[in-house]
Amino acid sequence: MEKGFSPVGLRVLVVDDDPTWLKILEKMLKKCSYEVTTCGLARDALKLLRERKDGYDIVISDVNMPDMDGFKLLEHVGLELDLPVIMMSVDGETSRVMKGVQHGACDYLLKPIRMKELKIIWQHVLRKKLQEVRDIEGCYEGAADWITRNDEAHFLGGGEDVSFGKKRKDFDFEKKLLQDESDPSSSKKARVVWSFELHQKFVNAVNQIGCDHKAGPKKILDLMNVPWLTRENVASHLQKYRLYLSRLEKGKELKCYSGGAKNMDSSLKDAEVNSGHQSPGKSSYAFSGGNSLLHKATETDPNPLASASVSDPNTDVHMPPKAKKTRIGFDPPLSSSAFDSLLPWSDVPEALESKPPILYDNSFLQQQPLPSQSSYASNSAPSLMEEEMKPSYETPVGGTCVNTEFLMPQDKSPTVTLQDLDLSAPSAISCMKLQDFSLNVTNNTESILRSLNWELPESHHSGSLDTDLDLSWLQGERFLANTGLLQFQDYSSSPSLLSELPPHLWFGNERLPEPDEYSFMVDQGLFIS
Amino acid sequence: MQRQVALIKQSLFDQGYLDEQFMELEELQDDVNPNFVEEVSALYFKDSARLINNIDQALERGSFDFNRLDSYMHQFKGSSTSIGASKVKTECTMFREYCRAGNAEGCLRTFQQLKKEHATLRKKLEHYFQLARQAGPKETARRPK
Repeated sequence: MEKGFSPVGLRVLVVDDDPTWLKILEKMLKKCSYEVTTCGLARDALKLLRERKDGYDIVISDVNMPDMDGFKLLEHVGLELDLPVIMMSVDGETSRVMKGVQHGACDYLLKPIRMKELKIIWQHVLRKKLQEVRDIEGCYEGAADWITRNDEAHFLGGGEDVSFGKKRKDFDFEKKLLQDESDPSSSKKARVVWSFELHQKFVNAVNQIGCDHKAGPKKILDLMNVPWLTRENVASHLQKYRLYLSRLEKGKELKCYSGGAKNMDSSLKDAEVNSGHQSPGKSSYAFSGGNSLLHKATETDPNPLASASVSDPNTDVHMPPKAKKTRIGFDPPLSSSAFDSLLPWSDVPEALESKPPILYDNSFLQQQPLPSQSSYASNSAPSLMEEEMKPSYETPVGGTCVNTEFLMPQDKSPTVTLQDLDLSAPSAISCMKLQDFSLNVTNNTESILRSLNWELPESHHSGSLDTDLDLSWLQGERFLANTGLLQFQDYSSSPSLLSELPPHLWFGNERLPEPDEYSFMVDQGLFIS
Repeated sequence: MQRQVALIKQSLFDQGYLDEQFMELEELQDDVNPNFVEEVSALYFKDSARLINNIDQALERGSFDFNRLDSYMHQFKGSSTSIGASKVKTECTMFREYCRAGNAEGCLRTFQQLKKEHATLRKKLEHYFQLARQAGPKETARRPK
C-alpha cells in the first residue's frame, strides 16, 4: 500500500561546494533524523539524482557553485525529477531570492542556517506531493481552456507546448461548453459527459484518422458522428487524452504501476477467457488504437451482459457492443493509440445494452493506475484490454449497471450522465459504486493516475468521497485492475479530465468527490501496491 | 581549567570574534562527533586559506576584475558564516561593497584587514581548542551569558 509519509528518514541530497558547510549541514540533517547524502559538485549531484531517480526526496543546494549555477541545477532537478529543491546562500538579496523562487525553489535559506529551518523541510516534500495531485486536475482545466482558445492545429500539434501549469478553473471555458452543449439531459452545467461509450467513439475516430498527431478535433468530431457534440468538446477531450497518455508514459515507471500492470495482464487474460471473446478484437481498450478493443464482448456475444447476470462477465461486461468496433490494435505510441484504444466503445450502443456499464468503468478505472498502460498498448494491449474490461465486472448486471452511461446505453443518449446509471442490480450496485467511482472516470483516472504516479503520502483516503463509493471503489479497484482498464487509462491519467467534467455528470448520484480527494482515495485504494 | 576555557570562549563572543553560529555548532557536538566544533573549525581554516590565496593572487595581478573578486569574496563570506567568524564576515561585506563600487583601493585595504582578522581568529581558536582538550574531553557547550 501506499507508504506512509514521515519526516523521519527523509532522503536529503545536500549540494554545496563549501566543505565546511557541507559538513555542518550533514550533521544538522542527521540530527533531524534525515538520511543525508552530500555532494560537493553540482554535476555530481545531478549524476546521483539521475542514477537513482527515486532515491531522494528533497535537494538542498547552494546558489553559488563553481561548476554550475545553483539555479541551473534547480531547473534540472525540477524538470527532470520534479523534486522539491531548497536553495541556500549567504546572500539574501531580494533579487536573488526572487530568482530562486522563479526557478522553482521551494524555499530559500540564508546562511548561517539554523537547525529549526532544516527541521521543517519535510513539509516541502509533502506539499509537493499534494500539489502534484492537484496539478493534474489543474492541468486539464488549463488545457481545456487553452484548447478552446487556440487553433485546432495548435492544439494537436503543439499540445506539448501548452503550459499546463494553469490551475485555475476556467469558468469561461465552462461557459463556452455550455453554449455548445446541446444535450438536453445535462442539467446543472452543460458539460459534456464523456461517457465510456462516447470516449470509445472518440478513440475509434482518432484511430481511424490515424493515431498520430494529425487527428484534429474537427475530423474526430466528424467521424464520431455525435450530433450534439461540438468541436470544442472534442478538442478539449483530445487534449486531455494526450495529457493522459503522456502521464501514463511517465507513470509507467512508477512503482504503483508495476503492481497495476500485472493486474492488468492477468485481468486481460481473464477477460479474454471469460468473455469468450474469442475475440481477437480484444478490447483494445486500453491501448490499442482503440479500435477494436471492445469487440470482444460485443462481437462474440453482444448481449451476454444483458441477460445473464454474469454469464460472461468479461464479455458482457465490457462492452460487447462496442467490441465490434473496437479492434484492439495497439498503437504503439501511447499517446495516440491510447486514446483510440481506449474507447473502442464508441460503437457500443448496440451490444452493450446488456452489459453493465460498470464493467466498463471499472476496468477503466483500474487501468489507470497501471502504469503499464503504455506498455500495454504496445504489446499485449489488445488482449489485455479486453480482459480488463471484462473481468472486473462480474456484475450480473443485466445491463442495468451503471453503464448506462458508458457503454451502452443503447437507449440512452450519449450524454447520459452517470447519473442515469441504473443501479438496479445489486451487484451492479456494487459495481456501480465502482462505476460511480469510475464514472468519474475522469476522477478515477485522476486518482489512478495519481496513484500511479505519485506516492502520495498517506493519501487521505476517501475522506471526501462517500463511504459507499469509497468502498465500492476500492472493490472496483480490484475490479478494474483485473479488467485491465487499459482503456480508461486515458481517463485516469488525466485527473483533469475528471475535474473537468462537471460533477453532476460524473456521478450519477451523489456529489462528485473532489479531485483531490478522489485521487487520494484512489491512491489508497487503488494503486498502492 | 574548565573555567578558564569557558572564560576564553566568553571573551571571544564578547569581543565579537564569534557569533551565535559557533554556539549552534557546539550544540551539534555529541557523542557521535565529540570534537565536532574543532573539526569544523579546522576545515574552515583550511578551506578559507585556499580562498584567501585565490583572492591574493587575483589582487596581485592588478587587473581588478571586480566581478571575479566579488565572487571569491561571496564564497569566502559564506564559508565564514559557517563557524560564526563575525569580524571576518564584516570585512567580507565591506570588501564586496568596494568591489561593487569599483574601488580598488578600498578592496586592497579591506582585504588586508580581513586577513588580519582571519589570522587572529585562527590563533585564538587554536588556543581555545587546545585548552579545551586539556581541560577534559566532553566539555559541554554553554551559551555565554
